[in-house]
Amino acid sequence: MTADSAAFPTLPARGPLSSLLVRLRGGGLPWLSMLTLLVVIVAAVGGETIAPHDPNGLDLGAAFRPPAWAEKGDWAYPLGTDNLGRDILSRIIAGARVSLVSALYAIIFAGSIGGLIGMISGYFGGVVDAVIMRLVDIQLSIPSLALALVIAAVFGADFSTVIVVIIVTYWTWYARIVRGEILSLKERDYVALAKVAGCGTGTIFFRHLLPNIMNTLLVLATLQVGQVIIFEASLSFLGLGIQAPDVSWGLMLSDARNYLTNAWWAITMPGIAIMLTCLAANMVGDWLRDTFDPKRRQL
Amino acid sequence: MLVYIAKRVVQGLVSIVGASIVIFFISRLSGDPIVLLLPTEAPPALIEQVRRDMGLAEPLWRQYLIFAGNALSGDFGNSYRWQAPAMSLVLDRLPATIYLALAALLFSILLAVPFGVLSAVYRGSWIDTLGKGFAMLGQAMPNFWVGLLLILILAIQFNLLPAYGYGTPAHIIMPAIALGWYPVAAQTRIVRSAMLDVLDSDYIRMGRAVGASERVLIWKYALRNAAIPLVTILGVYFAAMLGGAFVVETIFAWPGVGRTVVEAVFSRDFPVVQAGVLLTSILFVTSNLLVDLSYGLIDPRIRYDR
Amino acid sequence: MSQPLLRVENLRTHLFLKRGVVRAVDGVNLHVDAGETLGVVGESGSGKSMTSLSIMRLLPKQSGRIVEGSIWVDGIDLTTLSEEEMARDWRGRRVSMVSQDPMTSLNPVFTVGDQVGAPFRYHRLAQGARAVRAAAVKVLRRVRIPSPEKRLDDYPHQFSGGMRQRVVAAMAIACAPRLLIADEPTSNLDVTIQVQMIELFRELQRDSALGIILITHDLGVAASICNRVAVMYAGRVVEVGDVRTIYRNAAHPYTQALLNAIPHLGQKRKRLHAIGGQPPSLIDPPVGCRFAARCARRTAQCEAQYPPEVELAPGHKVACWLPGPEAR
Repeated sequence: MTADSAAFPTLPARGPLSSLLVRLRGGGLPWLSMLTLLVVIVAAVGGETIAPHDPNGLDLGAAFRPPAWAEKGDWAYPLGTDNLGRDILSRIIAGARVSLVSALYAIIFAGSIGGLIGMISGYFGGVVDAVIMRLVDIQLSIPSLALALVIAAVFGADFSTVIVVIIVTYWTWYARIVRGEILSLKERDYVALAKVAGCGTGTIFFRHLLPNIMNTLLVLATLQVGQVIIFEASLSFLGLGIQAPDVSWGLMLSDARNYLTNAWWAITMPGIAIMLTCLAANMVGDWLRDTFDPKRRQL
Repeated sequence: MLVYIAKRVVQGLVSIVGASIVIFFISRLSGDPIVLLLPTEAPPALIEQVRRDMGLAEPLWRQYLIFAGNALSGDFGNSYRWQAPAMSLVLDRLPATIYLALAALLFSILLAVPFGVLSAVYRGSWIDTLGKGFAMLGQAMPNFWVGLLLILILAIQFNLLPAYGYGTPAHIIMPAIALGWYPVAAQTRIVRSAMLDVLDSDYIRMGRAVGASERVLIWKYALRNAAIPLVTILGVYFAAMLGGAFVVETIFAWPGVGRTVVEAVFSRDFPVVQAGVLLTSILFVTSNLLVDLSYGLIDPRIRYDR
Repeated sequence: MSQPLLRVENLRTHLFLKRGVVRAVDGVNLHVDAGETLGVVGESGSGKSMTSLSIMRLLPKQSGRIVEGSIWVDGIDLTTLSEEEMARDWRGRRVSMVSQDPMTSLNPVFTVGDQVGAPFRYHRLAQGARAVRAAAVKVLRRVRIPSPEKRLDDYPHQFSGGMRQRVVAAMAIACAPRLLIADEPTSNLDVTIQVQMIELFRELQRDSALGIILITHDLGVAASICNRVAVMYAGRVVEVGDVRTIYRNAAHPYTQALLNAIPHLGQKRKRLHAIGGQPPSLIDPPVGCRFAARCARRTAQCEAQYPPEVELAPGHKVACWLPGPEAR
């Protein structure tokens, strides 16, 4: 990983941010991607306040307006309106929140739970490791969408279901990769030295191991944003996720499917929002991975 | 070798049993299935009666054992909605799902292999860039959206293909593309990097030095080597297709397991959901296992190395 | 003197890389007679492998190009041929190249029969599956694989290391080429395997007039196997001569340094005479002698002008301003 492999026990790993700033190169694409993500974040935070219209404001008189640049388009509704005359741009802005919040939950909970489990599994090895890895196998043997269906069937469909399913599905990712990382880290001198020096397990975990897997976690998390967004959209599309009057991109597509023949824009625009966000997140993730460690292309 | 097979089979069985436990307990967390079965005004005596009949009075672990015992004989209970055995309902839909998954897999391979090979052979050229861009797009587009766009363009706009349904070969095209779209990216990458390694090998250099044309060298000799890593994870992709089928089948009204389960979720038809999800898991594990065990067929070294 | 089998004249091969143009081969002259073995010796980066790839016309497609010179085989200049002609009539047919590492030279997922038969198919020397098999059996018998007809459908991993060497050799000589280049393996290979491989070719050389070029960094290996040796340094041949002469009367200080680096049998391995310094950059090579910077004998002239090639004895040529025995 980073260049500190031969370091003293106390030498902290270089923080992800400082090394990032040093290596901020790589052409325009990463910048463009980050700009895109920034726009999505602004939309998610701003929500209704920056949307030109009320995302749920019905106006049957304005139903099925095409995008502004198309024939009969109106700049009051830049991306057109849906069957109930709701402004699609405003709904996309409102929907950004759901997408980002679900991604955030996935990163925080799946990342910390999975990361911790992976650290435990890799550090202690033996029976603990075997049991955890079997659990991962079991988890992986149920397709995530199928698991989501079972959970949704039982608890009913809403946002919390989505979050639970995302966490249950994605922790294994972190667990497996962090485990591998720890397996190699714990052979290093500074961990052994820390142990000899009488550091507690907690200290070793959080002072010595965690800083060294932060880069990996960060890369994994970024690469996962796109997946989580698509996953959430799929659930909402099936009607198992976000429910009206809340707005999500998947839900918009689910609605638009009913009047596919009347309004191509209603199906195109939210999809483009998903696509651009995922594209940007994936590119930033790829680029982070290449920047931190060009050798680990398999992440 | 036999030890290895046995080990992998046991691992697979453990996974399936584990999956069944997970599915069973999640279903039971819902509370009382009786509530769904009987009208709310049913007399308590009747509720008690049904509860005992259905084995719901037993402790949970015994309920699981009963469930597992029945499951082993293929009995997942009757569908609440169709009043027919849940497993046979789901099994009836299985061929359609497998057909779809295989078609999608075929589509992805047909795209990924030429793309991967050409990207490696002409690395750094426009085709490599195109392949990369394509791959990035593929991973950023949800399969249901791809499906909807296909319907919008091919079915509605140009009226080339039926928008949904099942039956003629034309019906499979759009669902297969929608489902096969996502893995193209990863598969292309796998073929490309494997191909780069192979093209740099001594045996390819040897082939060149004894007069092989580039065409033979690439498409006959190098490709078989480069295909090994792809083939070894095809099972994973097949399994991923089974998962993705839930959404794609719903859009295209494809009469497969996925759509059946999704419908069952909405009618809270637990036996069907359980049967469908467990069946998917079994297929998932089995296809991974089969691929593991079939390495030897494509890579002659494996049989002896293990 | 009769016409040599191969004559390389003033060959210049450049690699066009992002960081600049590498003059990998910079004016090389060589010849190989029928039935003889020429050793081409040099450090990695000396241009020896690029020379052999130039002869085979197998330079890296995107970067490598022969910019000057000619390569004569059988009265035809290979540098003027098209890629199709090279593949159809030359590679494997009249000139062949083989890595000295038998373990990695066979494709693991194709049968031995397929691979040994391939050259016959490429050059249309056998038509139809049956004829190709028969041809493969014949050539495997030539390299003394026991009961070859039974082993055609086996895969390479089912052969022992020594047998694999024979299979590789069979592939290379299948269509009876006139010239064979044995290239140094990229991996670190046990010298004994390398020598075995070459010995096998020398056996085959006896009943055909096969000319062999052995590419190696080990002067010791070359001395034990070859008839003549060409020493390359920084893209040029600095000394060439028959083995005896090179071994006893090496005149170029670089050759002498290489000789001193060979550990002798029975002799306790003392500190090897390491040559200090690094070879010059081939992107911007020095004007004078390229070895000057590392040479104990250098004078102002060495640094100013590249030395002309002088013939000290018949066939013994050296490019040095101050050729002669090593100063003690």
